[in-house]
Amino acid sequence: MTEKITVALTGNPNVGKTSVFNAITGSKQHVGNWPGVTVERKMGKRMHNGVEMQIVDLPGTYSLTAYSLDEIIARDFIIEEKPDIVVQVIDATNLERNLYLTTQLMELGVKLVIALNMTDLVLAKGDSIDIVTMQEFLEVPVVSTIGSKGDGIEDLMDVIKKEHHKTRINETVFTYDKKIEDKAEEIGQILDNEPGFSQYPTRWFSMKLLEGDENIIKKAKESDSYPRIENIIIDADAENLESEIADQRYRTIKTMLGQVCDINSVHLSGTDMVDRVLTNKLLGIPIFLSLMWAAFEITFTFATPFMNLIEIFFGWLAQTTVNAISIPWLASLLGDGIIAGVGAVLIFLPNILLLFLMISLMEDSGYMARAAFIMDKVMSKFGLHGKSFIPLVMGFGCNVPAIMATRTIEDSRNRLVTILVAPFISCGARLPVYVLLAGTFFGKDAGLVIFALYALGILVAVLSATLLRNTVLKGEDTPFIMELPSYKIPTLKGSLIHMWERGKIYLKKAGGIILIGVVAVWLLASIPAPGNSATFASEEVYGTAGSLIGVIGHILQPLVEPLGFDWKIAVALIFGVVAKEIVVGSMGVLYGVGENEESLSAILAAGAMTPLAGLGLMVFTLLYVPCFACIAVIKRETGSWKWAMFQLVYSTSLAWIFAFVIYQVGSRTGLLA
Amino acid sequence: MLGLPTKNKHTKDYKMNEKTLDLIEPDTSVRVLKVNGLKSSKRRILDMGLTPGTRVDVIRRAPLGDPVEFKLKGYNLSLRRKEAETILVEIVE
Repeated sequence: MTEKITVALTGNPNVGKTSVFNAITGSKQHVGNWPGVTVERKMGKRMHNGVEMQIVDLPGTYSLTAYSLDEIIARDFIIEEKPDIVVQVIDATNLERNLYLTTQLMELGVKLVIALNMTDLVLAKGDSIDIVTMQEFLEVPVVSTIGSKGDGIEDLMDVIKKEHHKTRINETVFTYDKKIEDKAEEIGQILDNEPGFSQYPTRWFSMKLLEGDENIIKKAKESDSYPRIENIIIDADAENLESEIADQRYRTIKTMLGQVCDINSVHLSGTDMVDRVLTNKLLGIPIFLSLMWAAFEITFTFATPFMNLIEIFFGWLAQTTVNAISIPWLASLLGDGIIAGVGAVLIFLPNILLLFLMISLMEDSGYMARAAFIMDKVMSKFGLHGKSFIPLVMGFGCNVPAIMATRTIEDSRNRLVTILVAPFISCGARLPVYVLLAGTFFGKDAGLVIFALYALGILVAVLSATLLRNTVLKGEDTPFIMELPSYKIPTLKGSLIHMWERGKIYLKKAGGIILIGVVAVWLLASIPAPGNSATFASEEVYGTAGSLIGVIGHILQPLVEPLGFDWKIAVALIFGVVAKEIVVGSMGVLYGVGENEESLSAILAAGAMTPLAGLGLMVFTLLYVPCFACIAVIKRETGSWKWAMFQLVYSTSLAWIFAFVIYQVGSRTGLLA
Repeated sequence: MLGLPTKNKHTKDYKMNEKTLDLIEPDTSVRVLKVNGLKSSKRRILDMGLTPGTRVDVIRRAPLGDPVEFKLKGYNLSLRRKEAETILVEIVE
């Protein structure tokens, strides 16, 4: 029977907890969700000398209060699931603040092991840390690690195994002054007689009550003894107690550090010097804009050769398959349907992967925090938050991981607003529609038109945010309290892992939803309309008015006529709901030209569509309901269908109105002929 | 709103070198006296180390004027002026 140990991994954000987690678990990890909430949970396994360790990655937190979902998850896990060992990853270059979390973990009475990470950076600065003294002071094992290189991980595993067999822990390494200790003692005595609170460490519960922790106070109110407890708290001058307790924790930390560290903080750090340029009053914004532009340029330039390769491959694959299969409808299903559909999604993979790589590099280096710092003023004017910036930028690649990235936004209202407006950011899937239509109708101005569409998306996103913040989602502004971590040279490995994690999400979308959607499109296009005696999936039926699609399209036609669209466009748009990449493919089917884009372009230019309607269609595609995958993710991240449906209705209405105005006003004033 | 200092920054309640953090110019060092403000932001501010007695260096304002970057306890923290307004400090040196 193998010994099993559960290990919870905690730590402040930006300490390299992810590298340590990866170094411990390697590829043996999987991602899920914390039960009942929409926060990501990473778990992994590691065998070490016959012991099976299950590692749970808790959200990065600065403290264990009740004010943020991440913190509640972390402390609830520790209290309720009672992991065998808690490992706190600490940034060795930032001990003082990191140890604040340590004080709270120790009050929780957990078996703690400290992974002192990034010790190489400490040495590089010429500083030193006396680990032995630190261990004596904290009465907790401290292991030096360099997560990004995998150094110290074996030692860490050894220590975890050893610590597991320890029987006694000292909850009172961190003590407060007499007044506070006495009050805690008094409360503790009342609590010990209350069976309802036996699952909570007494000392920790008492301290939280004195601190004014809302979550804990709510729990305490459930007991009859609460009035007596309340009296003790009032008597203790609770208003200032919160400050006092925080202050005393930091004082104790400082005393310890005086004996443990040798820090040369006199000279200006590398980070400070770099920031003098990057967040400079005059240079900051131009540099930021250049970096953003460079990221997109690199993405599109380097991706193009790969995109061409993929296009050629899928074209060849479709052709070969069709030739090899003698059954007409099967050939059609595979060639026109599945291969073409999947290809349409995969073709954007290089693009998206590169964009995510750029973003990962910016995050891992620490620059993203500066981006939020620089952009916050602008974002807050629209009711958003500097932290909303990064998820929104990710939307240019794909809205799905962008919406998932909003997890870093602590305030639920801000997060919700960001989620709801993120789909207006023009994603990679809409690009084929722009390329086709702008290319057909605007010739050499195509680039400009496409840029304008991107800009429109951003504009609608921020204005919608303002609208939401002033109506449906009114509320207090969230505080902007953000650490600016020191710059670190990102490891290629780390950034590639990040990039791949997001790319996987995009691929799953291709593999799953789009495949289903494409087959659905194909079916509807192949099934003859009622009363039509032609054969299923035959040339006569496929994609014509004589198929089911045709019937649906004609029903919808009145709705889209004011926009300058015909029934074929209506159908293409419906299929675009599955995945926007499909719009072009569907149009190809419906206009009878299959995969040949040049022919499609020619047909449209020849009069199947007016330039004005073309413009309207691009705007409609930009704004209307995000794809299936997106809706599903909105539902998951917001926890209900209510908001997903709201987004659907809001965005589609907006799209209709814009396209309507463009076509109607344009026709009357003779724009674009 | 409860707990925030009044708009008039020159009330008799503040001593001469006591100010709220949002009024401190870059390249100045201060010491925290008291943290006021709403429960959740006060809590977060204290947790991040802005406890009474802590020395804080004002580094710079963002290019658009807000938020502001501070250095304390060996690391860099940014706050909006709105949050900084809830922190009472005195200038050192």
